[in-house]
Amino acid sequence: MAAPPTAVENRLRTTEHIQSPVIAFEDVSIAFEANSVLEDISFHLNRGETKAIFGIAGSGKSTILKLAMGLVKPDSGRIDVLGNDITQMREEDLFELRRQIGMVFQESALFDSLTVRENVAFRLMEEHQISEEEIERRVRESLRFVELERTVDMFPSELSGGMRRRVAIARAIVTRPEILLYDSPTGGLDPVTSTTIIELIVKQRDVYKTSSLLVSHRLQDAFVMASHYFDRDKGRMLPLLILRQGKIIFDGDIHELAHSKDEYIREYIS
Amino acid sequence: MELTSPTDFAKDIVQSVQDYSLLAGRSLANLFRHPRYFADMMQQADLIGVGSLPIVVLTGTFTGAVLALNSAHTLERFGSLSLIGQLVSVGMVTELGPVLTGLMVAGRNSSGMASELGSMVVTEQIDAMRALGTDPTKKLITPRVISTIFMLFFLTIISDFVGLIGGGIVSSLMFGMDWHQYWSSAWQTLKFQDVFTGLLKPVLFGFIIATVGCYYGISARGGTQGVGRATTQAVVASSVLIIAVDFFATRLILSIFGYR
Repeated sequence: MAAPPTAVENRLRTTEHIQSPVIAFEDVSIAFEANSVLEDISFHLNRGETKAIFGIAGSGKSTILKLAMGLVKPDSGRIDVLGNDITQMREEDLFELRRQIGMVFQESALFDSLTVRENVAFRLMEEHQISEEEIERRVRESLRFVELERTVDMFPSELSGGMRRRVAIARAIVTRPEILLYDSPTGGLDPVTSTTIIELIVKQRDVYKTSSLLVSHRLQDAFVMASHYFDRDKGRMLPLLILRQGKIIFDGDIHELAHSKDEYIREYIS
Repeated sequence: MELTSPTDFAKDIVQSVQDYSLLAGRSLANLFRHPRYFADMMQQADLIGVGSLPIVVLTGTFTGAVLALNSAHTLERFGSLSLIGQLVSVGMVTELGPVLTGLMVAGRNSSGMASELGSMVVTEQIDAMRALGTDPTKKLITPRVISTIFMLFFLTIISDFVGLIGGGIVSSLMFGMDWHQYWSSAWQTLKFQDVFTGLLKPVLFGFIIATVGCYYGISARGGTQGVGRATTQAVVASSVLIIAVDFFATRLILSIFGYR
């Protein structure tokens, strides 16, 4: 019988597990009828990482997320999600895997005949093993996260576009998935609401450390995400701080960071 | 307008038949797989069955009445007015009850299913359901198929019954026929094969209505216009299929039991 792993081996395995990609695309191609949408796409999303993919409308951004979710099959290439080659999996088996992934659709895709509560609770109710009290608690917790607890009994048609998007985020995170996929979460929203949505994504990233893949056509979303962190004490998103020898040497946004004349900062960001 | 080549057209038809067959087969096979959505089945049974009851009762009553009215004039010429109960009874139970109930339910529910599922497809709700780890064929299609089969069976029985009552009212009020005579001749003339035919057809028609409605809904493409097209196609295809299957089912039953 093999000897039990040592503490060092366990540590190495854990590190390997943390560093292993949760999503890996390898030479993935897909075409719809005669139109080639993606050609030999390869990228990795590591555990705990948030990756943003940008492109103009029709460039295949949403298709990447649908491929990662197994909603469409590639014509060629390999896609690994949480260690499973999903290109070889049957639809029946994919349902189990998808329960570990949350997805926020471009137009929210809320079930219009269900209330906000039923929408957010959908996945929990499908598991048939969770008590109603527990479902209610987790639904309210998710809605509190997106600051929409008051809408629990409303229907999607009674909500604004931004609120619908936030409910979609609540629905995606209610089961604390290992991966979150955001399909143009700020598309079609005004700047203020867009910032609210990005703040929620940053909050999810910094509070729960969920691996996330975001596709968007708005570069400013990436700048805001890259230049801000979520302050749990203040309960809001704040610009980056750079510390040096116990002192704050930078406090500002990405624009100020890029144009900083401080030698240390210039060397740090180069 | 772009013309489709005959090869592509033939391929599309074969593809559609294959997709429909897979969906229809899976809708029944899901009954033997977990999870089973009994609550959704009950909800659909209420929508399809109870919701269709008024139109089925009205159609059944007036069909029985007009059958009695038309046949009474012919039978009166041969002095055989007493046969009116038999004629209404056999006509309603074997043919008009199942077919007209099927057509009514197809018009109301096949279109409803196509538009509901079609709207869900174009607003990505079906994809969202798959992304949430739920099989749409189990959650949406199987409950509709089972409920339609189950409820159409009972709706047809109700339609046959009210049709006989409609025929009875016309016979007694307009042609002075004795109510008891009408009723006993209508009842006694029915044989096992008539009842079997009348109860087998709604099972087939219910399956057609639900699977065709769901198929066109789930294959809807092209926004609201596509949903509208799917709705129309669902009603047309299910109605035509009901009438075609009615012929083949009748032929099959006659070949098994022989003519009356």
